[in-house]
Amino acid sequence: MTTASGSKKRGGLFQELRNPERRLAYYMVLPALLIILAVAVYPIGVSVYLSLFDARINNVGEFVGLQNYVDMFGNNDFRDGLTNTLIFTVVSVFIEFVIGLAIALAINRAFKGRGLVRAAVLVPWAFPTVISAVMWRLMFQDQVGIINYAATSLGVISQPILSDQTLLLIAAIVVDVWKTTPFMALLLLAGLQTIPADVYEAARVDGANVFQRFFRITLPLLKGTILVAVLFRTLDSYRVFDLFFVMGQRELESLSTFVYKSVRVSQILFSVGNAAAVFTFVTAFLIALFFIYGLGMQTSTEDS
Amino acid sequence: MAASAGAGNATRGNAQGAAGAVGSGKGGSGGGTLSSALFYVFLFLFVLVSVAPLLWVFKMSIVQKSEVTATPPTILPQSFTGQSYSTIFSDASFQKALINSIIIAGVTTVVCLFFGAIAAYAIARLRFNFKNLVMTLILAISFFPAVAIIAPLFIQFRAIGLINTYWSAIIADTVFALPLTIWILVSFFKELPPDLEEAAKIDGATTLQAFRKVIVPLAAPGVFTTAILTFIFAWNEFLFAATFLYEESVQPVTVRIPNFATVYTVDYGAQAAAAVVVTVPLVILVLIFQRRIVSGLTAGAVKG
Repeated sequence: MTTASGSKKRGGLFQELRNPERRLAYYMVLPALLIILAVAVYPIGVSVYLSLFDARINNVGEFVGLQNYVDMFGNNDFRDGLTNTLIFTVVSVFIEFVIGLAIALAINRAFKGRGLVRAAVLVPWAFPTVISAVMWRLMFQDQVGIINYAATSLGVISQPILSDQTLLLIAAIVVDVWKTTPFMALLLLAGLQTIPADVYEAARVDGANVFQRFFRITLPLLKGTILVAVLFRTLDSYRVFDLFFVMGQRELESLSTFVYKSVRVSQILFSVGNAAAVFTFVTAFLIALFFIYGLGMQTSTEDS
Repeated sequence: MAASAGAGNATRGNAQGAAGAVGSGKGGSGGGTLSSALFYVFLFLFVLVSVAPLLWVFKMSIVQKSEVTATPPTILPQSFTGQSYSTIFSDASFQKALINSIIIAGVTTVVCLFFGAIAAYAIARLRFNFKNLVMTLILAISFFPAVAIIAPLFIQFRAIGLINTYWSAIIADTVFALPLTIWILVSFFKELPPDLEEAAKIDGATTLQAFRKVIVPLAAPGVFTTAILTFIFAWNEFLFAATFLYEESVQPVTVRIPNFATVYTVDYGAQAAAAVVVTVPLVILVLIFQRRIVSGLTAGAVKG
């Protein structure tokens, strides 16, 4: 199979297309790429374009430069959405990471009932977010909600959870932690299992205690997995929509709910919504860049 | 976006049980029965927290109305009725929503598997430059905020008459599910021994024939796992469906069920029953295929 042209020469696209195997590879990747370019990349471009105009859903309108972005930052709902999204992302990902790592460390061994635990872990993950929001809403609810009842009887809260913005945000964080910590634990567990046992043996022989083993071996060797898992979860939390929209009955604002309401529900906020859409995209992109360049996350193991 | 080159072993290790990974790190040495008893208490709590909301909402769905609103709430069901389920199943719009969900998620899965398998094979097996670029683009798509493109897509879909048709949701879902499909399939394809295709090619098969006749059947379990994950992903999707499908007759369950809070205002049992009906198929899938799902998930995320 190995042909001379299979060697590691970096040719241009035209040279590539002369090699039959490579040409076939491009043909095979092309349909998927075209779908992605047409339905994701191109629309992003349109969003950027629209955000510079005084657009409505039916016409593009006049060019207004960055005015939509100025209006966006002046919009209270947008600012609420941004604040809530940031708090939600930082707090929920942090808690999920800490608990997830603890769980991963605890179950990284052979024990009876692994299958049961793994299944239980997957149950929250498989739930539609919307449905978990509905279920938890029923539990937080002030008429029939067991959590609201318990919190009230213990004197923790003085008003119904669902009628208070701060409590709603906390409730959303609780649901997110419940739903995605198991997933975090699974990812970290898979990473833990790549650490060879003899490294620990050697450290033990050298007299390293539990904490030294954790900070000197586990954490450094797990760094790659941790960064990937935390980046995934961060970007996922950053675009939170379903949970806020359903839990908060459209009252709890996030960046995504603001964009949705602006471009789909409101008639007058359409252009501001486009600016917010672009803002959300660009900031998410910057978060990813920060993980890759700022924290040194490896982005590929492609060997060819 | 790999954590480490050894992640492939991790996923296999996961399926096998982490027996050898840390050896007798904790369980074997010292504490003995006390520490293992504590360990099982911890596991029990963890499993309980994971499944408690489902159990609670299930309880709400099977007890009589007076018990649903009882104060203090009952922990174990004291009464039984099938009323909530008959309410839900005699609701024609709920039945229609279930069918809509099955169609949208089913077609999305088939489309993703078709284009995804072809692209994944090229990425896993064939040599070409720009492979990293392609993989990075695909991965970036799956994590960018979907709200950034809903306005341009809405305008486009309206122009070609796709609003309020299944296709609007299927096309948009495909873009976000396809990267997931490709990443997981690439890792499954890479685990298959290359000798078999080589042998087929020596016997005169073309690359495409080798793919169809040798790889696809061999990779069937992996493809099946990918299908389950893609289906769950599409079944759970909410934002695109809420944006493009505003007519009740085409809405999937994720869009219909949150509205039940206003349809069945005080019938909490019916709301609970609807949530249970939508979740149970997923829970059953997860319970049956948990081992495969975990290896697929961690392959896609830790390795990819």
